[in-house]
Amino acid sequence: MTAQEVRLCGLLLQEHFGDVVEKVGTHLIRSGVLTLRALAHETKLPLDLVKKSLCVLMQHGMCAFGAGRRGPAGPVEYHIICERILHMLRYPRYIYTAKSLYGDTGELIVEEILQRGQMTMSSTVKTVADRLTHNMPEGQSMDYSEVVSAFSRLVETHFLQRCPPMASAESSSSGADNTPLPAVTQPTEPEDHPECYKLPYINLTGQGKRRRSSEDGEADPRAAKKAKTDSSERGDEGIYWQVNFQRFHLHFRDQAIISAVSCKLDQTSSEIVRTMLRMSEVTTPTHAAFTQALSANEIFRALPSSYNIARPILDQYLTLLVDDPMEFVGKTGDSGGGMFGSRSARIFRLLLRKRHLEQKQVEDFAMVPAKEAKDMLYTLLSENLVQLQEIPKTPDYAPSRTFYLYTVNQLPTARLLLQHCYKTVGNLIERRLYETKENKRLLEKSQRIEAILASLQATGAEAAQLTEVEEMITAPERQQLESLRHHINKLDSSENQVDETIFLLESYINSTQAPR
Amino acid sequence: MAGSRGRGRSQFTFSVDALGFGRGDSLPTSAQTPSPLFPPMQFRPVPLHAGEEVDYMLALKQELRASSKNLPFHIKAARTKTDVARYSDKYQNGEPKNNCIEWSPDWSRMPKELCIKVRKPRKTVIGAKPQLTRKPKVAAGKEEVLQKLETLEKREEEQHSEEEEDEEKKKQNDEEEEPDADEDYDEEEIEDETDYIMSYFDNGEDFGADSDDNMDEAVY
Repeated sequence: MTAQEVRLCGLLLQEHFGDVVEKVGTHLIRSGVLTLRALAHETKLPLDLVKKSLCVLMQHGMCAFGAGRRGPAGPVEYHIICERILHMLRYPRYIYTAKSLYGDTGELIVEEILQRGQMTMSSTVKTVADRLTHNMPEGQSMDYSEVVSAFSRLVETHFLQRCPPMASAESSSSGADNTPLPAVTQPTEPEDHPECYKLPYINLTGQGKRRRSSEDGEADPRAAKKAKTDSSERGDEGIYWQVNFQRFHLHFRDQAIISAVSCKLDQTSSEIVRTMLRMSEVTTPTHAAFTQALSANEIFRALPSSYNIARPILDQYLTLLVDDPMEFVGKTGDSGGGMFGSRSARIFRLLLRKRHLEQKQVEDFAMVPAKEAKDMLYTLLSENLVQLQEIPKTPDYAPSRTFYLYTVNQLPTARLLLQHCYKTVGNLIERRLYETKENKRLLEKSQRIEAILASLQATGAEAAQLTEVEEMITAPERQQLESLRHHINKLDSSENQVDETIFLLESYINSTQAPR
Repeated sequence: MAGSRGRGRSQFTFSVDALGFGRGDSLPTSAQTPSPLFPPMQFRPVPLHAGEEVDYMLALKQELRASSKNLPFHIKAARTKTDVARYSDKYQNGEPKNNCIEWSPDWSRMPKELCIKVRKPRKTVIGAKPQLTRKPKVAAGKEEVLQKLETLEKREEEQHSEEEEDEEKKKQNDEEEEPDADEDYDEEEIEDETDYIMSYFDNGEDFGADSDDNMDEAVY
């Protein structure tokens, strides 16, 4: 774990789960593996708080446990799965994808499961139905069966998966040395289980309940208690579902490829690529660098009929795609444009394509005047985006008789850019926290006023009273609030956008490292 | 070797032009101070993406952030009590305690050592108004801890938030029985063993507390 990753994980944990979990989480990331007692001792937090934090982290799949170094009889050791924490940056993207594929119902299902970590199918269905009913006009309510069907579709396309069951039962505390069973429950990989995507049979009928605000206090505890006793009859106890991030990432990757092709070539070729990807969805394992080979005939048959692509044209397109020097799986280097100007970006892309170039050649190919080229190359060199390769003509490395070639090493450069991205997101979050803190008083005041307004409106106050309350915020304060909201929106938006770059770079690095 | 070194003494192994400055020019001045924290950028950054999709994801993000603060997964440390125990503590409500967890995880999926008492969240039916009064007090209460010596001089309103914690510690044993007993009853009426409805209870400490922040209204 690099320093930037640890910092970003800390900020994300703090934002979603509070300071206590952040402290526990960051300490555990830095130390690697720890037992409960060691963790409590080193963070100097009360044992109960540490237990609670670990429960939260495990519920969300960010912490895993295993038998310790002393074997099954020793204390349990915990470790953090950092990439799960970093996935929290991408939650809005997952939810939006679910919405675009499966509508509002799918969106709410994914949102609920993301927020709660793991859920049983019945509780998800109930909560989502209630939420949908709440937003519907008076008198209508959402039937459970619709939610169940949306859930099933998500599971069939592998966007949701079962949480892996624990390996075996826990033993008692006696700790006899010759017990054959492991003393601690071991988590396992979800994909190893054949029932990973099997829907349980549940006996769930009914409709979403609308929450009435007047009965809030009384109805809810009773309804909640009833729900608890009911769930044991539903038939899916102990079967928890979680979001399958790999599947979402595959989807994003396919989207990125298709949009890259359509940018570079045209709409039709992107359709061809989309068809190819869809066909190989089922046959290609997740981390493969290339999809399975598909014959042109298969592609032709699979193309959507609305496109009317004749066979010879398809062949032409395929040849074009094959000859394209840009490889489809991930690309680096586009961020070179922003910081160093578009001419540096040109130089960078040129080096990517031609691999090794002398300074003179760079000037010629990029059509950039010599002095500028020199300047930019040295700037890029100082930022470690390009490297210098020396090829001596003579055994002593005399500088006047040596070739100096500029080159780009893609993998280390990608890693470098990824770390920059993590640092960027960390900075964005910190800046947002700073802005919020600076204007805390103003924000609290506006929240109070809104609460007063809401309660007044609920009890049916006159317009005069409402305007009086609204005037409690002065005009310059309103302006300040407005600009604050604008800043925070911009910072949040930037976080989302940087996360897209992070995704591209991460998938590039992962696919390059995977054995081909 | 020695001979060639003598012959080539005035020649460098690289051409001087390539360095960027000519012969006889002074070297660039050395830096006296550390480089500025925010150096001026040479190039403007690329503008952000815009559009419906981006706006929707932005709204989602902010909503997720706000709602995650209300979930039981957001853990707050219990505040340590600093003040004298008060009679009204017995009737004050739900600050988080350290030794119970606010949601019920599936204990069969977690190591036994993490098992901790599950606490039923106390539902307080409060309208908008009392919640408003809590906010300035909570902010003030934290500073109180630092200024312990001036406790006697401070007004009692600011200690309101600490009293809640005292009450929790005292009632630890009693509470374990109560949540089970009152399952069928309205919580606020039976739990506190009084005949009075809790939301009507006002021990007079709210008086005057609101005037701290809002100087527009006259105080009588």
